[in-house]
Amino acid sequence: MTSSTVPVLRVDNVWKFFGEHPVLRGISIEVAAHEVVVLIGASGSGKSTLLKTINLLEPVNDGQIFLGNEDITDPRVKPDAVRAQVGVVFQHFNLFPHMNVLANVTLALRQVHGQDRATADARGRELLARIGLADKANEYPDRLSGGQQQRVAIARAVATDPRLLLLDEITSALDPQLVGEVLDLVRGLKESGSTILMATHEMGFARRVADRVVFLKDGVIVESGTPEEIFDRPQHPATKEFLARVLNPLG
Amino acid sequence: MSSTESTARGTAEFIPSGIELGRRRHRRAQGTRSVLISVVSTVVFAAVVLGVLFNSTGWPQVQASFFDGKSMVNSLQPILIGLWLNIQVLFFAALGVAILGSLLAIARTLRGPIFTPIRLLAAGYTDIFRGLPVLLVMYLIGFGVPGLNLFERMPAQFWGTIALILCYSAYVAEVLRAGIEAVHPSQRLAARSLGLSHAKTLRLVVMPQAVRKVTPALMNDFVSMQKDVGLISVLGAVDAIRAAQIQVAQDFNFSPYVVAGILFVLLSLPMIRLTDWFTARAQKREQIGGAV
Ligand SMILES: Nc1ncnc2c1ncn2[C@@H]1O[C@H](COP(=O)(O)OP(=O)(O)OP(=O)(O)O)[C@@H](O)[C@H]1O
Ligand SMILES: [Mg+2]
Repeated sequence: MTSSTVPVLRVDNVWKFFGEHPVLRGISIEVAAHEVVVLIGASGSGKSTLLKTINLLEPVNDGQIFLGNEDITDPRVKPDAVRAQVGVVFQHFNLFPHMNVLANVTLALRQVHGQDRATADARGRELLARIGLADKANEYPDRLSGGQQQRVAIARAVATDPRLLLLDEITSALDPQLVGEVLDLVRGLKESGSTILMATHEMGFARRVADRVVFLKDGVIVESGTPEEIFDRPQHPATKEFLARVLNPLG
Repeated sequence: MSSTESTARGTAEFIPSGIELGRRRHRRAQGTRSVLISVVSTVVFAAVVLGVLFNSTGWPQVQASFFDGKSMVNSLQPILIGLWLNIQVLFFAALGVAILGSLLAIARTLRGPIFTPIRLLAAGYTDIFRGLPVLLVMYLIGFGVPGLNLFERMPAQFWGTIALILCYSAYVAEVLRAGIEAVHPSQRLAARSLGLSHAKTLRLVVMPQAVRKVTPALMNDFVSMQKDVGLISVLGAVDAIRAAQIQVAQDFNFSPYVVAGILFVLLSLPMIRLTDWFTARAQKREQIGGAV
């Protein structure tokens, strides 16, 4: 990363409280274009909360978040305009059950980006073909398997070519044999140049897909680095302890 | 097990086994038997009821004053013309209820301190109009409002339609509000994170799901309204009931009321059947686990 290029995302000393309880305590992260950054950390460490503040679903209590050059924590910024540039996939599929797969994927194209139906449908079908679900375009979400639903959710998030993709534990509601197909899709996105910030409990996947891994504990970044640095040569005792626990839960 | 058998199993061709064919024969025989039993029991039951009715001492008088064939035939045409007015009122009232009911429901779900007065107004409105008898609202609107001389003269059915809209919007708003609250918050979140505005989230994501969830209840309200359109007769509108009343006064015979009653039932039957069908279907989907 050269110092002259502006990162896609820059989180600068962000604090977030729920009541008296601090959940994020001075978090700073940068994500450069085409970079995949993976957040790891115990349950309750603040991964989801951080992703929500970036999508403006939760207001920050201090610090700034920049999308490109724009400070999106500025109260004058329109949240809808920010969200239109950021794709999000949650742990649960959250597809719209009353719309078929194609309508789910094209909703934002039509209703936020003002594309006509034909253009949006063409883009939607192309995406569905890419994720191997071209024949499911007219199905309703409840007739798809969990893995297929999650792939549609990802297609819906990338349909508008967002500058940044936020993925929050997108495989944790899936059976083990379905996890693979979703992770393959994320790898495909990485190869095609998406910029991704994701939270996951899948350490094996984090290692394979991440350019950088960030370990969070109690709302603080304890350690960050390449997958090799974090997984093979962790420096901080907390990181070692966390990895020992998740990699060998019975030991 | 021979090898030919196992390869036959592997092919896509399905040939039902002797056991399956036996099961099918048994099911068919059972089906025929239960149809026969239900037909026989229905016929016997109807025969007993009608036998008791026709053999009661008062039956000839009742038949003469409620089931007089000539009076029924004579009254049919004016009552049908009246019923057409009921249907028109029903149409406009349903339209008005859909609009006002949705607005009230949305008003009650608005969050944030700025909306407090709107929310309170909507809550007060639904409380009052759910408590007031429709007939009373008919009188108050139909005779009270024209008395104010604020508007030019409107026909009775106009005020009747307004009264129906006022009452039924309150019921429908409550049903819709329950539906809106039953839509999972993550749906709203998912819509907002796609960049959809608050209004579009409501219109494209929340309301369609809310309406689906409460469709059986809404259909029941519609069936109720279908008969309450008959109340516009108290304002002097010549609807089916009023037309029947006029015929009753002419013939000194109550049969026209029976005609009007039958017509109202016929009018509501399709909707009632549709409601049952829809509820059954929704239940079946629920059992399969259709919710995402
Ligand atoms: N809306 C909220 N109100 C109050 N507290 C909250 C809220 N959302 C999260 N928290 C708290 O913030 C802390 C961090 O939650 P968060 O969901 O960010 O954790 P996480 O790292 O995503 O955990 P997991 O791995 O289990 O998903 C938790 O202690 C949680 O109880
Ligand atoms: Mg989480």
